[in-house]
Amino acid sequence: MHRFLVKLSSSSNQFRSSKNHRLILPLLPSSKPFTSSSSVSSSPPRHSNRSGYPYLVELFQKISPLSSNSRTLGVNGRSISSEAGRESIEYDVLIVGAGPAGLSAAIRLKQLSQEKNIDLSVCVVEKGAEVGGHIISGNVFEPVALDELLPHWRQEHTPIEIPASSDKFWFLTKDRAISLPSPFDNKGNYVISLSQLVRWLGGKAEELGTEIYPGFSASEVLYDASDKVVGIATKDMGISKDGSKKENFQPGVDIKGRVTLFAEGCRGSLSERIIKKYKLREEVNAQHQTYALGIKEVWEIDESKHNPGEVVHTLGWPLDPKTYGGSFLYHMNDRQVALGLVVALNYHNPFLNPYEEFQKLKPHPAIKRILEGGTVLQYGARTLNEGGFQSIPYPVFPGGAIIGCSAGFLNVPKIKGTHTAMKSGMLAAEAAFGVLHEGINMNTYWDNLKDSWVWKELYAARNYRPAFEYGLLPGLAVSAMEHYVLKGKVPFTLKHGKADHEATNLARKCTPIEYPKPDGVLSFDVPTSLYRSNTNHDHDQPSHLRLRDPKIPEKVNFPEYAAPESRYCPARVYEYVEDEEGKPKLQINAQNCLHCKACDIKDPKQNIEWTVPEGGGGPAYSLM
Amino acid sequence: MKILVAVKRVVDYAVKIRVKPDKTGVDTQNVKMSMNPFCEIALEEALRIKEAGFAKEVVAVSIGPSQCVDTLRTGLAMGADRGIHVETNSSFLPLTIAKILKSLAEFENPGLIFLGKQAIDDDCNQTGQMVAALLGWPQATFASKVVLDKDKHVATVDREVDGGLETLCVDLPAVITTDLRLNQPRYASLPNIMKAKSKPIKKMTVQDLKVDVKSDIEILQVTEPPQRKSGVMVSSVDELIDKLRNEAHVV
Repeated sequence: MHRFLVKLSSSSNQFRSSKNHRLILPLLPSSKPFTSSSSVSSSPPRHSNRSGYPYLVELFQKISPLSSNSRTLGVNGRSISSEAGRESIEYDVLIVGAGPAGLSAAIRLKQLSQEKNIDLSVCVVEKGAEVGGHIISGNVFEPVALDELLPHWRQEHTPIEIPASSDKFWFLTKDRAISLPSPFDNKGNYVISLSQLVRWLGGKAEELGTEIYPGFSASEVLYDASDKVVGIATKDMGISKDGSKKENFQPGVDIKGRVTLFAEGCRGSLSERIIKKYKLREEVNAQHQTYALGIKEVWEIDESKHNPGEVVHTLGWPLDPKTYGGSFLYHMNDRQVALGLVVALNYHNPFLNPYEEFQKLKPHPAIKRILEGGTVLQYGARTLNEGGFQSIPYPVFPGGAIIGCSAGFLNVPKIKGTHTAMKSGMLAAEAAFGVLHEGINMNTYWDNLKDSWVWKELYAARNYRPAFEYGLLPGLAVSAMEHYVLKGKVPFTLKHGKADHEATNLARKCTPIEYPKPDGVLSFDVPTSLYRSNTNHDHDQPSHLRLRDPKIPEKVNFPEYAAPESRYCPARVYEYVEDEEGKPKLQINAQNCLHCKACDIKDPKQNIEWTVPEGGGGPAYSLM
Repeated sequence: MKILVAVKRVVDYAVKIRVKPDKTGVDTQNVKMSMNPFCEIALEEALRIKEAGFAKEVVAVSIGPSQCVDTLRTGLAMGADRGIHVETNSSFLPLTIAKILKSLAEFENPGLIFLGKQAIDDDCNQTGQMVAALLGWPQATFASKVVLDKDKHVATVDREVDGGLETLCVDLPAVITTDLRLNQPRYASLPNIMKAKSKPIKKMTVQDLKVDVKSDIEILQVTEPPQRKSGVMVSSVDELIDKLRNEAHVV
């Protein structure tokens, strides 16, 4: 979809040209980088001399211009046109998403820019109100990519403080925990809060001159006449539920990049559109992506029970043998532990409720004895990729590339995706730099990815997850073989089963699951947990969760599948209430949304489309 | 005319707070902070007055640690012309804040001082009133409508009071504190955020302003409210009276 900015400045001539004409205005002198709303900034940001200030691009069209009531605002001597049309701001590189991949790309670009003494303007837009606000992950961090990106991190004060000290692996039954040899080896890794690490990375990126704008959601991709991606449009703010403009209406802006990198995380809304549009999976015969939903709490526990660096993973209870998933319990610092349950979204029983399964986990004796006497500090949920090697799409498209979990580089047997996301960001940055200054092709990103340790690692790990299609025991057997003997050196690659949304059986073929009531001490109801995620959206805006066909929930989801969205959503966004005639009607409480994307993935008819709400909304994670 | 707007950096209204284990206060580490919603409304009103042509300059001031600069930048992005940051790591109570604002007012000579009616962290609802008293200026608090008359040099303010709406007419210079229904604050647009980078923020200290910050109040302890106990079902009126008299001791 094209966006035209009609230029109405009185200071220059009206062109009547037959094609869009671009006017590039000269480079501005540098200005101090800005930290907007309440984003990261511990020390005053240092700034290189020539930061590469954004260009202001004005496009104008041959078709009759709008009325000439334009306001021209002077910005350091330049005029911007802002009529009913949208403003347009241009950068060398635009990055969508301030997560590990996006920020690593920004840092790498600025490093190259300094090394080669070539200016580069880099902009990162982030839908969360703060950098790190939408970041949630286990997380036992493998620092391999960070060692490459910022090798001096070990001499600095960082949020990476607690080395992993043990690797426990338990098979849980209802009452017991059976210790098994651990398939993980976390020596050299650290138990961290990824939200805190990303905030630190954000500070580093800003120090180097990156412009980061939290609180702005990218709602559309911008294309030029040759269908090449030229940037994104941020979402209009101040639109009422009925679609009308409120008194504080603020139109979005077009942010253009000569290269655009999408780093939206797992199931990124714009990344999914790009993958579909350019058929990026078909391009390399990749399989569909498969996903899991992770639900997590950070607890503050009794000092006597706290063992910083302890890493525990479990299998078995509360999940049944046909459902892939497991829990994690990591001891961070400050008496905090990260506890979570990950449930693969290709589960069959539509009555399964991952949130309630997580509540069932906590009273287990082995878990309860750690949590007893503690309090929950934060709660959150997010989907993650499990497709691994087989599902990686071709990540390059005309105008840019996809990095991080939006493409899907998570190493499933290690359950780590941060290090590969960061590396993908760094490789894309190097390729983008080459595109802008050496005239090479962005395909170099793909080539370099395939030559890197990311590829080697994901290739070796490729058969673990698909083996579980055959069941828990075959899966464990294959995992053991892979881990101890084969290490991926087999001539075949197992395929994934059905796509997650297709794997759900009809409700009438399955048994409903009875979940116990929450006790308010270890287990909680959804509203209580949701309150701990600090999630909020302006309520008077159109729902960001779109139904492609508004009749399907009542026609298909409710009768055929027993309303699975009311069960898998960890934020109680979807509820069926009785209308005036006593019939069930879907009510969407969009304000609760945690931005996990489970609905976009698991809806049986793929009828729910997750789109971005107004920027700044969503959870406010700080310890996750 | 110049308008001075005081903005406070507080814990974001949607964040779940908890008390620090040592009971000295609310845990603000790793917690999302934002501009106090009532301060946003105050700033918005000041900006509208400036856009209507009644004021030449809107100055935002914030008192607190170095991160207050972020709050001021948001204010500048909304449209304030410049910012003043009185840097301190102490957490001051309203009287000290009022003394600082008085000192600033004597320095800047604004025609109007706008504040939010209260901060959402302490709910004091004192600072505006104290500033007016220290300066000897008229005050109109809980404003839900502000109309300026440039010629007569007065402001007509509708106040939201318990009994309904009260309309006051105050001579300028005056102190106005803002209530929820006054306006809906604007969003800071991306171009405005970029422009705000080059707007000046002046740093000052309490020593510069010659303010005595010694407080008469010491916070002894902060605890969470007691857990709500579950109710008891009674079977008869007699039993209810018995419980009210002998257990709850309220009759």
